[in-house]
Amino acid sequence: MRVLGRVPAGATDAEAEHHLELAATEVRRRAVQTVGAAKAGHLGGEFSITDTLVTLYLDVMNISPEQVDAGDPERDRLILSKGHAANALYTALAVGGYLHPEALRTFLQSESMLNGHPARNKIAAVEANTGPLGHGLPIAVGTAIAAVLDGSKRRTFVLLGDGELQEGSNWEAFMTAGHRRLSNLTAVIDRNRLQQGARVADTNDLEPLADKLVAFGWEVREVDGNDIAALRPALRVPGSDRPVAIIAHTDKGFPVSYMRDNVAWHHKVPTAEQVGIALAELDGILGRLEAKENN
Amino acid sequence: MTAQTFDCRNAWADAMAEAARADERVVVVVNDSVGSSKLNAFVDEFPERSINVGIAEQNMVGVAAGLANGGKIPFVSAAGCFLSARAMEQIKADVAYSEHNVKLVAQSPGVAYGDLGPTHHSIEDFAWMRTIPGLTVVAPVDPVETAQVIAWAAGHEGPAYIRVSRMAVPAVYPEGYQFVPGKAVTLREGTAAAIIATGTTVARALAAADLLAADGVEVRVLAMPTIKPLDEAAVVAAAAETGGVVTVEEALVTGLGGAVAEVLAEQHPAPLRRIGFRDEFAITGTAEWLLDRVGASPEGIAATVRELA
Repeated sequence: MRVLGRVPAGATDAEAEHHLELAATEVRRRAVQTVGAAKAGHLGGEFSITDTLVTLYLDVMNISPEQVDAGDPERDRLILSKGHAANALYTALAVGGYLHPEALRTFLQSESMLNGHPARNKIAAVEANTGPLGHGLPIAVGTAIAAVLDGSKRRTFVLLGDGELQEGSNWEAFMTAGHRRLSNLTAVIDRNRLQQGARVADTNDLEPLADKLVAFGWEVREVDGNDIAALRPALRVPGSDRPVAIIAHTDKGFPVSYMRDNVAWHHKVPTAEQVGIALAELDGILGRLEAKENN
Repeated sequence: MTAQTFDCRNAWADAMAEAARADERVVVVVNDSVGSSKLNAFVDEFPERSINVGIAEQNMVGVAAGLANGGKIPFVSAAGCFLSARAMEQIKADVAYSEHNVKLVAQSPGVAYGDLGPTHHSIEDFAWMRTIPGLTVVAPVDPVETAQVIAWAAGHEGPAYIRVSRMAVPAVYPEGYQFVPGKAVTLREGTAAAIIATGTTVARALAAADLLAADGVEVRVLAMPTIKPLDEAAVVAAAAETGGVVTVEEALVTGLGGAVAEVLAEQHPAPLRRIGFRDEFAITGTAEWLLDRVGASPEGIAATVRELA
């Protein structure tokens, strides 16, 4: 796995997108191997948010490994509310230079810093210990209010699953953020349409989601969440006078053929053969990206 | 008891204002509980630092964790019954496990809302909160200790759960008393038995000791402001030096009483009686009447001590 670090300063849009696409592919390659070795994980929902994670940590957020290590109070915050996607977070942090890649080998092992759900007590770049759903948005509202009190421009991002929005605590927090017009807060909703055992629409439907969020006082942006060129501008621009909800339309398991939009891949563990298929498909993407680089 | 009595919320509100004046990081987070927390003057003085999320306890505690992440020192102030039960998972995950520097202030806890009924009682909180790793649990006895505990909490790095009572209590401590977290306070020496009380029951324990002394029975009285971490050495010494222990609390007996029982069973087995609420929802009545009913009146405590002394 290559440690790519942040997008270099002064990169053009095309260069930045290329860097982030490489990073996302590296993350997915490493993540599927991690789950294959640990024999546990949540690959489907990790692959749906990988593009968002790398775009934030390697480009959009005002954060760096140095700021994290120093505990810079002015760093932007990312709260991973869907904490079960921890492996994608860890791997994105490693590709971004925030976490030593060797640590990934210890995922889920005894005494590892890499729990099945992220812990800030163990990894400096993690902001809150998440795992139970419906916790991240209230915490993000708190960090956003703290920035307002400080008169700081720092931003807070929170990454939520769509199934997770069935938790009522989110709607308490949507209401508070809308009421307080927290324009420094951006919530990314990973709209992969699947929850643990079924389609969201068949379980407890969210629609009309955008209308609900607008009614709660949020600006809504709908983008293809697996398209970095679309995600990047949506994430870069904060709200003008209210919080922003990005409904990131994604596929669980993206882009691996046998996982994509398949409800079986919430926490299914790939066989060695399936790891091989995923790697071959991801290597194909990597090859096309590198060919583009060489042209 | 003919002495003047106090509503500790006044001391809490004054101490909060003082803490906020001394440290601009101090903020309060409430669930529409400004009036019941006696924070109206605080809100007038610090409008920006008064964060009222409305009637939304899970959000309230999560927001407080985020404020702490952003460098603030949030004091969450809400009725104990809703703060402890409604936001339990946020207290566990967002505050304690995440090691966010949040102070959880349980207003009108125990059976302070006596006649409103069991939905508004918070007699489970000691037992629940003392199971959460890293969470300090404190119940001050009077206005002086309430102010001390709030000042300590503002300067202490780490989560805490603090009870603030509205039930009228007499002054136990003089001005100048210093609260020491994790330490019992010996209020009266004696060798016949030991009474260990916390919060609103401390004054009742002292009155019981007076009744017993009139009969020539001298008991030790320990105030235990910190339920967790418990002053285990003081518990063991009380049992070793007096031969028997009676705990008294405005809570289920699995709170302070449970904590003391665990220490005695493991370190110094000794006769123990626990006074407090048992396995039932309390019936309707005033706080004072309910405490008397479960044997936490001075006469009731004295009678229980006589079983051991």
